[in-house]
Amino acid sequence: MHIVVCMKVVPRPEEVKVDLATKMLDRAGARSVINSSDMNALETALAFRDAHGGKVTVLSMGPPPFEPYLRVALAVGADEAILLSDRAFGGADTLATSYTLAAGIRKIGKVDLVLCGEESSDGGTSQVPPSIAEWLNASQATYVERIVAGKHGTVHATRVLEDGKETVELSVPAVISMIVGSNEPRFIDYDRWAFAQSAKVHVWNEKELAGDPQYLGLKGSPTAVAGLREVKKAGRRRETVTVAPDEAAAKIKAEIDRAGLARS
Amino acid sequence: MVAKDTEGLWVYAERRGSSFTPVSLEILGKAKELSRQLSVELTAVTVGNDGGAAAELRRYGPDHVLELVHPLLTRHDGKAYTKAIGMAIQKAHPSTLLLGATRNGQDLAGRLAVRLRTGLTAHVTSLELDGSGQLVGWVPGFGGGIEAGITCPEKRPQMVTVRPGVFTAPPEGAPAGDVETVKVDLSEEDLGSHRVAFEPKGTSIDLTRADVIVVGGRGTDGNFSRIEELARRLGGEVGATRVATDAGWVDRDRMIGQTGVITRPKLVLVLGVSGAVQFTVGIEGAGTVVAVNRDPQAPIFEHADLGIVGDLGPIVESLLRSLGEA
Repeated sequence: MHIVVCMKVVPRPEEVKVDLATKMLDRAGARSVINSSDMNALETALAFRDAHGGKVTVLSMGPPPFEPYLRVALAVGADEAILLSDRAFGGADTLATSYTLAAGIRKIGKVDLVLCGEESSDGGTSQVPPSIAEWLNASQATYVERIVAGKHGTVHATRVLEDGKETVELSVPAVISMIVGSNEPRFIDYDRWAFAQSAKVHVWNEKELAGDPQYLGLKGSPTAVAGLREVKKAGRRRETVTVAPDEAAAKIKAEIDRAGLARS
Repeated sequence: MVAKDTEGLWVYAERRGSSFTPVSLEILGKAKELSRQLSVELTAVTVGNDGGAAAELRRYGPDHVLELVHPLLTRHDGKAYTKAIGMAIQKAHPSTLLLGATRNGQDLAGRLAVRLRTGLTAHVTSLELDGSGQLVGWVPGFGGGIEAGITCPEKRPQMVTVRPGVFTAPPEGAPAGDVETVKVDLSEEDLGSHRVAFEPKGTSIDLTRADVIVVGGRGTDGNFSRIEELARRLGGEVGATRVATDAGWVDRDRMIGQTGVITRPKLVLVLGVSGAVQFTVGIEGAGTVVAVNRDPQAPIFEHADLGIVGDLGPIVESLLRSLGEA
């Protein structure tokens, strides 16, 4: 089986600064990290390959400085790494991002499974995995905690839903999104470290990707950011006191009674 | 035959069991308001293996209910549902489609947006019309108490998924609006997945509907038994911060905030929580906020009606005693 893992490099959320005057985001000062649930997707892919054979390719989209993060994936156990990198891919919303990744997967060739994280910590839309599935006309399972091989080359995926856990049988090719924390990602394998340092990270630009330019980047993105604003704060009383526990409890009890909620 | 409705506002009413997801009804309420402001008609569209679900939807105010049915549509399948709704939309050309940001709602939305080659705004917590009647979906995030307004200026239908709990479901009214049931053209190959097992959750937690929530964070040091007791005595639910759910102290479906649930209880007790904006966006809509924290500088006090600086343990014990005497 050939498994492609889509990986995103994201800024550490706590290090993204916002300029309140200009209402602009400043990501320049933030260090980057591999999106957390993407590491769960990578671990799922590696474990599946180790059990059933095959190959794992990691695929990312972003500027050249993302290359070292792909080497981390190689050091952890991935067989090959591809970075889609071109100014023409910039400014992409989920439609254009999913198109570009799907075009990369098509160029890779015969792919059986595409594994993604459930959502990115910066965009947080969770829309890219099902969108990739549509571009590839593949089956899909989102919010998955576990995959196992089924009969006749199918894959069984257990989805975590609001009202329970659903296990589905998927025909391949399939796109699967893994929930964060669904497994314990393995550490960097130091025997692989040298290989990862010297391995070639394939970088494909717009020309090499050979996609339809109308679906790429800003031009291929139907949504637009119309504005940024501070989140409306509810008008709170903000009465703050330092008192002994019993008095504190009495004050809280008064709030409960005022809200008319105490159970008799 | 689906009526052509090029200005129309559509809401995807997601079936769950014998009824609909709460967020479907919440969106119907908001969509009714928007459709009146825009002078357009409101259609609730639903998918399933039989008709018969329309009667309930008619009580929530849509002008039309469109049921897309086929015997193969026994459960949510992103691929087949995309085909069913995609065909209906390509026939009627509505201007807008709103969906609940449930797991299956998002599973559908991402795929459907590509089928329709249109823009999708995910996870909005409010919907507004700008001066020209353009729909703006506001999405919190970006780390610093900032929200972004996202529009889809040209492509139609514009698609938006809405966070559960941010709007209020309208009260049930008298049945109104017409019902159209359309058999979808579908075959076995259109299904991408088949269910082989389902393990229902013992107790389903929906914090968006709780009147009282007692939230514990890092300051609890993982000791949630007294917090559970407090919630039980108040007839409420336990909520938690990301720190508490990541540590495994509390189930993840009780996580409040940006990556968890947006809640609107009458009262929320916030215990041992510092108050990062990623958390506080989840309690902005609460009636009364009471916070207890050892650190007088904790940002949570900026978001509280009553803030108490002190040690959690003795305060909780004293509160439990006083509730016991009631």
